[in-house]
Amino acid sequence: MPGRITRDDVAYVARLARLRLTDAELDTFTQQLSDVLEHAGDISALDIADVPPTSHPYPLANVFREDTPVPSVDRGEVLAQAPVAEDGMFRVPPVLGEAP
Amino acid sequence: MSDSATSLEGWEVVVGLEVHAELATRTKLFSGSLNQFGGEPNTNIDPVSLGLPGSLPVLNRQAVELAMRVGLALHCTVQPSVFARKNYFYPDMPKDYQISQYEEPINVDGWLELPSGRRIGIERAHLEEDTGKTTHVGGSGRIHEAGYSLVDYNRAGVPLIEIVGRPDIRSADEARAYVSELRAILVAIGASDGKMEEGSLRVDCNVSVRRRGDTDYGTRCEIKNVNSLRSLGRALDYEAARQVDLLESGEKVTQETRHWNEEEGRTHSLRSKEEAFDYRYFPEPDLVTLDPDSAWIDAVRESLPALPAERRHALAERAGVEPAEVAVIVERGLDALCIDAIGAGADPARVITHAEHNLAVEGAAGLDAAAFAALVGMETGGELTATQAKQVLAEMVDTGADPKSIADARGFEAMDTGELEAIVDGLIADNPDQWHKLCEGDQKLTGFFVGQVMKATQGQADGKVVNRLLQQKKDG
Amino acid sequence: MSDARSIAEAVRSGETAASEVVDSSLAVIAEREGEIHAFNIVLADEARAAAEAIDRRVAAGEDPGPLAGVPVALKDNICTRGIPTTCSSRILEGWCPPYDATVATRLAEAGAVLVGKTNMDEFAMGSSTENSAFGPTCNPRDTTKVPGGSSGGSAAAVAAGFTPLALGSDTGGSIRQPAALCGVVGAKPTYGFVSRYGLIAFASSLDQIGPLATSVADAALLLDVVGGHDAADSTSIPEAHASLAGVLGEGVSGLRVGVIDELSGEGVAPDVLHRTGEAAEALSAAGAKVEEVSVPATTYGLSAYYLIAPAEASSNLARYDGVRYGLRVDAASTPEMNEATRTAGFGDEVKRRIMLGTYALSAGYYDAYYGKAQKVRTLIIRDFATAYESYDLLLSPTSPTTAFALAEKTDDPLTMYMNDVCTIPSNLAGQPAISVPFGTGDDGLPVGVQVLAPALGEAAMFRAAAVLEEAAP
Ligand SMILES: [Mg+2]
Ligand SMILES: [Zn+2]
Repeated sequence: MPGRITRDDVAYVARLARLRLTDAELDTFTQQLSDVLEHAGDISALDIADVPPTSHPYPLANVFREDTPVPSVDRGEVLAQAPVAEDGMFRVPPVLGEAP
Repeated sequence: MSDSATSLEGWEVVVGLEVHAELATRTKLFSGSLNQFGGEPNTNIDPVSLGLPGSLPVLNRQAVELAMRVGLALHCTVQPSVFARKNYFYPDMPKDYQISQYEEPINVDGWLELPSGRRIGIERAHLEEDTGKTTHVGGSGRIHEAGYSLVDYNRAGVPLIEIVGRPDIRSADEARAYVSELRAILVAIGASDGKMEEGSLRVDCNVSVRRRGDTDYGTRCEIKNVNSLRSLGRALDYEAARQVDLLESGEKVTQETRHWNEEEGRTHSLRSKEEAFDYRYFPEPDLVTLDPDSAWIDAVRESLPALPAERRHALAERAGVEPAEVAVIVERGLDALCIDAIGAGADPARVITHAEHNLAVEGAAGLDAAAFAALVGMETGGELTATQAKQVLAEMVDTGADPKSIADARGFEAMDTGELEAIVDGLIADNPDQWHKLCEGDQKLTGFFVGQVMKATQGQADGKVVNRLLQQKKDG
Repeated sequence: MSDARSIAEAVRSGETAASEVVDSSLAVIAEREGEIHAFNIVLADEARAAAEAIDRRVAAGEDPGPLAGVPVALKDNICTRGIPTTCSSRILEGWCPPYDATVATRLAEAGAVLVGKTNMDEFAMGSSTENSAFGPTCNPRDTTKVPGGSSGGSAAAVAAGFTPLALGSDTGGSIRQPAALCGVVGAKPTYGFVSRYGLIAFASSLDQIGPLATSVADAALLLDVVGGHDAADSTSIPEAHASLAGVLGEGVSGLRVGVIDELSGEGVAPDVLHRTGEAAEALSAAGAKVEEVSVPATTYGLSAYYLIAPAEASSNLARYDGVRYGLRVDAASTPEMNEATRTAGFGDEVKRRIMLGTYALSAGYYDAYYGKAQKVRTLIIRDFATAYESYDLLLSPTSPTTAFALAEKTDDPLTMYMNDVCTIPSNLAGQPAISVPFGTGDDGLPVGVQVLAPALGEAAMFRAAAVLEEAAP
C-alpha cells in the first residue's frame, strides 16, 4: 500500500473534486483520511493479485432498451429549477477553457 | 514561428487519428429522448440526459448494433465490453462524468485499407455518449473572452463511436484519405451521416515527428478543432513543421493538447500545463456487461453491404487497373454500373474514363448498364467520336433514352474523311500564316487547327482523324 | 395506529376511511415530530387529498390496491415529482424532481399515501442521521440518543408511530442499523430486487431501497409492492419473485443457520452478543439446525467498503455543480462557481468521502485502493458462497451497540464507521439481510439481530425473521 496520505495529496484531490478547503480543514481532513486509509491497510497485506475484481454484485449482461423515443421532459419545468436560465438554456459564468 | 516553407526533409511525420462519429439512432445512447439537435435548445432532454439526481442509464440496443457494424466493417474483433466512467467537470457534461468504454471496448484490433492499398491499423472503436453544447456569449463568442455561456443539452447523450486509429499514417494526404475512407464506410453501413462540417464526424489528431530512420516515436501533440478535410491537411502540415522547427533548434516538443485555429492557420496550446487531468476511470456500476453472442455478431456481419475497399478491388480487377485508379468511381457509387457495362462487353478503359470524367453528376448511378455498354460500343466502333459520346451520355443520364436514338436525333454520325479533308483544306487556305508556322514546327498550332475543325463541325469530328489529316498535309 | 396490513384491509373493505387513517397519522406527527424531527417535509394537504381519492375509489367499488390508505414515509433521497427531494443537503435544498422514482410510482399504484419525506444523513453518508443539513433526528425510544442512520428519519417515523411503513436505502447498513437502534424491522433486499430508478445515488453498486416497518409481515408486504423488475434500472433483476408475505408462516424447521464468528465477537457489545445468542437459540428451538460458522473475509468488509463506496460517491456527486439544479454560489468563472457551490453545499462528511473516493480512484492509487477493494469484494462473495454450501441462512448482530448518544461520535469518523461492521458484508456481496428487534440491551434500548441470506434468498430470510419476531423477549 502506498505511503500515508499527505496534506498535498488532500489538496490535490480537493482540487480534482472542486472543493475548497481552509488551512485548518486541510489539516483535519488529512488526519481523518489518513486514519481511514490506515485502517484500510489491513487489505494491503492480502496477496490477492490473482483474484478478479467484482464491480457488480449481481452480474447481469446485455440489458437493453429499444430505440424508441419517449417525450422530452418539459423544458420550462426543468429550467424553472435551474439556478440561472436564459433563452431556453442553462446560463453559467465564463467556462475559461475547452473541455479536456 | 513556423511557416509552410519549413522543410520536412529528413523527417517523418507520424499521425494517429481519433475519430468520433455520431451514430444514426433515433434516440440517445442511454435514454429515450430524440437523437436530434441544433434546433430549439433543451427540447430533447430527459432525466438521464440532464444528469438529474436518481436517473439511470439503459443502453440503446440499436446503438450497440451500429457500433458492431462499425467494428466489423473495420475488421475488428467484437468482444465482451464494459462501460466506464471518465470523470471531469465541464458544464456541457451533465453528470460531470462521461460514460465511455475504457479497458474493455466493444471493438478491438482492426484495420482500414486506403485506396492506395495501405492498411491503417484500428486499435479500438468504442461506444460513448456525447456532451451538450456550450455557446459563449460576449467577446465575439470566443471562449476565453466570453462574458458567460449558455448550455443546451439536446446533444447530451447522443451515441458516439470513437474510432482510435494506430499511428500508421505518414502524411497529411494520407490522413485525409483515411478520414474520407472512414467516412465512406460509416455512410455505406448506415452507422452515421459522416458530416464533418456539421460535427457529426469529429477528428482529433495525434501528431509527432521523428528523423527518418528512427524507430522510436517522438513526443506527440493532440490537435483538436479540425472541422474539415481541408483543415485536417493544413493543421497537420502546420503542426509537423512546428515540431520540426522546435527540434531543429534544439528545443523539445511538449506533450499537450493544441487547438487548430482555422483563420490564423496555426495551432495553439489549449491549456496551462499545471492543470491536472486525472480522469479516475472506473467501471460504470449503473450498467451491466455488454456481451453480444456470436449469432448476433454473425447476423450483423452478414447484413453489411460491400465496403469501398472491396468494391475498388472488384472493379479494378474487372477493368484491369489498380484499385487506386477507381477510388473516385467507387466513391460516386458507379462501380456496379461499370462492372455491369464491362460485363455487357464494353471496353473497360472507355467505361472507366467515362465514369471518372463524364459521370460526376446526380443520377449517373441510375444509368442502364446495357445502354451504357451500347454507347461505349458505338464509340469504339467508330460510330461516335469521343466528344459525341460524352454528349450522348449526358443526355442518357438526363432522359434515360437509348444512345442510338439520341445520336440519331442529334444527327451524329462519324463524319467521313472526305468531308473532313475539305474542311481542313478550307482552314489552311483561310489561315496561311498559322499553317506556315505549324509547318515550321510550332506544334502549338496543331491545337488551333483542331479547334477550328471542331468549331466548324460542332464537335462532331473525331480529333484523332483530324490530327492524322493535318500530319498528312504537313508531310504532303 | 395499527399495522399496515390491517389498515389496508379495513380501507379496502370500506370499514375505515383512508382519510381517517391519514388524519390520525398526521395527528401523531403533530404531537411528536417537534422532538423527533423525522421529516424534512410533511405533506399534510397532499396526503389528505390522496386519502380522499382512495376513499372515492373504494366508494365507487374499486380496489385501490394492497396498501390502500396506508400512510408511508419516503427517505428524502427518493425522487418524488414536484415534491422537494433534498438528500438532507443544502446543495439540493428546494429541488423538485420532474419525475417519480419507480418505488414512488409503485406505492401510489398500490394505494399507499405519502405523508412525508424523511430526514437522513446527507446523501446517505452516516450512521446516526446527524450529518443532515437540517439537523439531527432523535430516537423515539430515547430522544437523547441517535436513531442510527442513514435512514434514521424513516426508522424514527415508523418507531414513533407516524407511519406504519417507510422506505429507506441501505448502502452499508443504512436501513438495518437504524431499524435495530429504533426497534423496528428493516430489510435490505438482494441487489437488484428493488429498482434504484429515482433513488439518488450514493454508491451505485451497493445502494438498495428496502422497507422499514413495525412487523416482519408489514416489511414483507411493502417489499412485495415495491420489488420486482424495472426496465428503467439496468441492474434490476429480471426474474420475478414470489410473494414474501405469503411465506411468513412456514417456520424454520429443517433450515440450517450459521452464526457468523467474525461478526459475533470483538467490537460487539456484550449485551448485543447476548441477544444474538438468544436469537440463535430461538431459531434452534423452532427446529432450525444452528451452528457457528466462519466467513473469514467479512473481516475486511469495512476496509473495502470505505474505499468502494466513497469512490462511487465521488463520481455520483460530481453532478452537484451549480449548473442545472440546486444550489449555486456565484463566482467569476464556472470552475470557481462549481467549487464555491460544492464547498458551501456539502457538509463535512460528504466532503470527506468525496475526497477519500477521489483519492482511491486517482492516478497511481487506483490499484492499491479501489482495485484492491474490488478484489476483497470477490473474496467476501466467495466466503459467503462457501458458507451457503452448508447453511441456508446466517445470523449476526445488526449493530455492535444499542443507540448511542447524540454527538457522541461525530468527531471521529472512523469510530462512526465501525457501526456498519456487521451490515456492510451483505452490501458488498449484493445479498439480502434483515434486522429484527430482539429485546433490549442493558440500557433498555432496542437490540436488533440480523438474518442474512444468499442472493434471492428473501423467502427463507423472512421466514426466519418471522420466527425471531415471535420469539423476541
Ligand atoms: Mg479519446
Ligand atoms: Zn471520446
